Amino acid sequence: MSGKGIRIEGLRKRYGSGDTAVDALKEVNMVVAPGEVVGLIGPSGSGKSTLLKCLGAVIEPSAGTMILGDETIYDKGWKVKDIRALRRDKIGFVFQAPYLIPFLDVTDNVALPPMLAGVANKEARNSALALLEALDVQHRAKAMPSQLSGGEQQRVAIARGLVNRPPVILADEPTAPLDSERALAVIKILNDMAKKFETAIIVVTHDEKIIPTFKRIYHIRDGVTYEEKGEGRAFDL
Amino acid sequence: MISLAGRDILHSWGKFVFTGFGLGLLIGVTLIMAGVYRGMVDDAKVLLDNSGADLWVVQKNTLGPYAESSSIYDDEWRGIQSMPGVERTANVTYLTMQVRHGDRDVRSMISGIAAGQPGQPGWPPYLINGRQITRGHYEAVADEATGFKVGDTLKIRRNQYTVVGLTRRMVSSNGDPMVFIPLKDAQEAQFLKDNDAILEQRRRNAQNPEFTQPGAPGLLDALNHSQTNNPYVNSVLVQVKKGYSPKEVAQSIEQWKRLTVYTRQDMEDILIGKMIATSAKQIGMFLAILAVVSAAIVAFIIYTLTLGKIREIAVLKLIGTRNRTIAGMILQQAIALGVIGFVVGKISATFGAPAFPKYVLLEPMDSAAGFVAVVIICILSSIIAIRAALKVDPAEAVGG
Repeated sequence: MSGKGIRIEGLRKRYGSGDTAVDALKEVNMVVAPGEVVGLIGPSGSGKSTLLKCLGAVIEPSAGTMILGDETIYDKGWKVKDIRALRRDKIGFVFQAPYLIPFLDVTDNVALPPMLAGVANKEARNSALALLEALDVQHRAKAMPSQLSGGEQQRVAIARGLVNRPPVILADEPTAPLDSERALAVIKILNDMAKKFETAIIVVTHDEKIIPTFKRIYHIRDGVTYEEKGEGRAFDL
Repeated sequence: MISLAGRDILHSWGKFVFTGFGLGLLIGVTLIMAGVYRGMVDDAKVLLDNSGADLWVVQKNTLGPYAESSSIYDDEWRGIQSMPGVERTANVTYLTMQVRHGDRDVRSMISGIAAGQPGQPGWPPYLINGRQITRGHYEAVADEATGFKVGDTLKIRRNQYTVVGLTRRMVSSNGDPMVFIPLKDAQEAQFLKDNDAILEQRRRNAQNPEFTQPGAPGLLDALNHSQTNNPYVNSVLVQVKKGYSPKEVAQSIEQWKRLTVYTRQDMEDILIGKMIATSAKQIGMFLAILAVVSAAIVAFIIYTLTLGKIREIAVLKLIGTRNRTIAGMILQQAIALGVIGFVVGKISATFGAPAFPKYVLLEPMDSAAGFVAVVIICILSSIIAIRAALKVDPAEAVGG
């Protein structure tokens, strides 16, 4: 399922029109290769959330191009018919809070996206269990989300984001509620999974303790992205 | 695909069960209300069934003997008996009153039955204990709901009666249990005045020069006698011979005897369509109110449950859940709540019905209709919650 990462060119987003129009994104250019984890950093109001929503096909950009793997998904308009299926099959999400479905056990939380895509329950659960094992939470497969620690919940959320093998994962401050040790562990997992599944991962963060782990960082300020060449700045996890 | 609704219910089963229990009590009350109406209809039909009559001959232009008072002479039956198509006739009186039993009163319908034998119109068709009335006076057969036992003594007006038999499900159209006594006693009880009233009436008669004319010396005595004697009954019950149409026999009696005659269908129309029509409307209003209250409760509960899951719904939408899957989840939960409520309601109504003072008849078809109504109400009630869920923006799951 993995492809050629994600490429964004000249992406813009304008809210409103006329005198009240606000340009939340003015010029966004990003390239994330398969197996790469990049950071997206910016102050409040810089356009991070808007960019994440555009990348996640939750809101429609106003201009620009988005290419996911080999497929142009946006070019002055959506190029895919079923946005919901695009989100389900091509984009994985990991949130600041894990947002697991409280009434499903760990296995079914992870197995839900493939089930929604029409995969048979047994097959979906097998995929989920394999991922849980890769993330070292297979022993909590039957537990309910409320019975997990914060770190375990975040690993389960990562497994849910990965289960459909999307070419890109958007991680929205995934380490915010975690201490340093657990935060670094989560970033290590994301790096491992990116390499293992050839997935491009964009991590939106304010977290000072994980910023040095990124080999490449995009800064966003006033709706414009700037790439920071961070070769040699990242430390081994 | 797993059942999201089922998992959510299992996860928060306490919330669903307790809400369903509360809703169930409401549904139980609704079923009881329907049962009360059915009981009233059944009481009316039982009264007609147990009378053993095909026709009711009553005073002209009245709706007697149950819906209106009716008085006809107690010898009318002789002429009716000789009409073509008439198998058997019997005089009958009905009087609703408080019957004294020890230190308590029992509201009963006293039915005066003509001398004869079981099977005659007006007689209780079967007994559960004791025997039928065999003497001409001061014996009674009572419905078991009166609380009387064989050998008990009861007091009607000034006379004491011994209960010689007990019957079952012999009730008036109001649900009052019946007490059968000999016709003559019942006629007396209907019009018997107290001694002071009789003396006062005789004094007035004696002072009236019309009744004390020298040329008619026996007139006063005859008048006094006629005023203490009751030659009326409320109705003549008629059984029609096989092969004769009750309608034709009724027309014949009406034409020749100048009385009003009702067939079984006419009587049902009077009892159900007129006597309990107001009560039925009242119950209908209650049913409508209870349905609206139930709908409001289900809507509120489901809406509240849905609002409590906004973030989860946003996440579900973000990871690609179809709107119809989310709508289906809410709909299934609403229906599940209704089903739990209905089961609780049906059980509580079944066990609670015998405790009600009036007969409550829980018809299986009413329960089936109630179930369908509950499901429809739940479906309609879930619409608000579904609309709220479908409005949830998946962006809510993404920060900022």
